[in-house]
Parts: sequence; structure tokens; C-alpha cells
Amino acid sequence: MLKFLLPLAVFGLMVLVFFRGLQLDPSEVPSPLIGKPAPSFELPTLRDPAQTIGSDALQGEVSLLNVWATWCVGCRQEHNTLLAIAESGEVPIFGLNYRDERNAALNWLDRLGDPYVASAYDPDGQVAIDWGVYGAPETFLIDANGIVRFKHLGPLTPLIFETKILPIIRELRTQR
Amino acid sequence: MIRALFLLVMLASAPAAIAIDKEGPLEDPALQARYEQLTWELRCLVCQNQNIADSNADLAKDLRKQVRARLLAGETDEQILNYMTDRYGDFVLYRPSLAPKNWLLWAAPVLLLGIGVWLMVGAVRRQVARGADESKPDETGNAS
Repeated sequence: MLKFLLPLAVFGLMVLVFFRGLQLDPSEVPSPLIGKPAPSFELPTLRDPAQTIGSDALQGEVSLLNVWATWCVGCRQEHNTLLAIAESGEVPIFGLNYRDERNAALNWLDRLGDPYVASAYDPDGQVAIDWGVYGAPETFLIDANGIVRFKHLGPLTPLIFETKILPIIRELRTQR
Repeated sequence: MIRALFLLVMLASAPAAIAIDKEGPLEDPALQARYEQLTWELRCLVCQNQNIADSNADLAKDLRKQVRARLLAGETDEQILNYMTDRYGDFVLYRPSLAPKNWLLWAAPVLLLGIGVWLMVGAVRRQVARGADESKPDETGNAS
């Protein structure tokens, strides 16, 4: 009896392990920032080098921080989604312009529309390292106390926003 | 003669080919050794099966720059590795830490070897026992 049951049990276990493995995306590295205070930073804004924007701006209200660049294909893909979110007024979006050129970035916003309350300009990517950024686009959800609550890697879609991000935003708002 | 000259030129240019950074090696050989060790142990998250010493991705360049600057600032290896794991998690380390949550990972090779040896010893014993009490071969011709 054991002769049949044991291989069957081992086989079943392997099916479970591999089935789980198929659903994991190895390129999605869990962020150690979740549940921790947003890394502090102070950068010039994209539009006006004389002005600065920093992590203080992310305090006081639930907000999104979107890491983007003009060289990033996924950023172009998600741009209309960002515009729609901005238009809905559901949550303010801040931008972190990552390893980009100022003129190219401004041109992009003028041409495609600007969903951001403001974008921080990070041409050498040092602030992005503090945020654990490794592949734009990345979107962080920060609560009113400045705690990082969620991170999405890759282009946002309306579906992802509605099913993964919006519920957290609503929950964070009712908690207060 | 030409062949010897060619070899000489190739050998002379070899160090330049090894150096991935345009800054060149650090002045202090001890620091350079630690720099090589650290960049060898840190995973490039863009090209996940390369370490940052090997990778030419922009992020790997940025992280090498961080390691270099932090070494020059006098940070210990542990401080630098902590800096990386604080931002990118344990995944950035090619050599996982010995934290309790990684014990199974570290023990897995020994455990699997143990199971393998156990199964093999069992199979050999059965074979030997069968060979001892009956000398005629299995009807189907299979070993077990």
C-alpha cells in the first residue's frame, strides 16, 4: 500500500510546489519598504530647478509616487492610466523623474499631458536607489503618515489601479 | 614574431578589459579587494542572474558607485550590505543571510543529500537481500 501512496504523495507535493512556482514572478522583488516610512529626499522639481520638492510633500494625505522616465517604454504605456487617475481626483500623483534629461521630460509632459502634482528631478538616480527602484515604471502608495503601503512594479493599468490600489486607498481613508 | 607581438599587446590590454568602471581601481589595494568582493556578492536587480560587478546596466553602475563611495567613506562591509538590503531586500544578496527564515534554504542541500543516501541504501539493501535468498532473476527483468 505504502509503495503506491508514497510516490503519489511526493508527486502531489511536487505539483503543489511547481504550481505555486508558476504563479510567482521572479522579476518582482518584494520591497522591504512596505510598512516603513518613505525614504526622505529633497530634489529640484522638474519644471523649475530653483524649487525643490521632497518627502514632506508626501505627508498629510494618501498619495502615489510614480517613478518614470522618457526612455521607459512601460511609462509610455501607463501614461494614459495616470492621466485618468489624475483626472478622477481619486489620489494625487507625484512623479520621480528617473535618470532622464530635463528637456526630454518636459517635452514629454507637454506633448502627452501632465498627470503629476509635481515631479522631482533625479538625473543620477541616487534618490531612486533609496527607494529601492530597479525598473521604471514603479508606483508607490504612501499613506497620510508618510508610510509606504504598496508598491507596483511595471505599467499601471486601470484594472490594476482599481483592484489593487484603490481598495487600499479607501481602507486607509476610512481608518482615519 | 608578429604572433609574439600580438600576444604581448593582448596581454597588456587585458587589465583594461577586466575593469568595468572607467574610474579605474581604488588606490588602496585592500579597499579594491573589498570592492571586488562586495560587487561580486550583490545581485543586479535588472539582470537578475548577474552580480553588479559583471553587469553593465545603469542600476548596476549606480550601485557600484555607491559601494565605492561608501568604502572610501570608511564604512564596513556589513554596513554596505545593510544599506543594500534596506533598499532591495535580501534578494540583493547572492549569499543569503543565516537568519532563521533562511535556515531551510541553507539546510536543503544536506537534507536532500540525506534523503538520497537513505533511498539509495534502502534500494541496495533490498537488492542484496533478494540476491541472497533467490538467485533466479526477476521475471519482468526489472530491478525492483
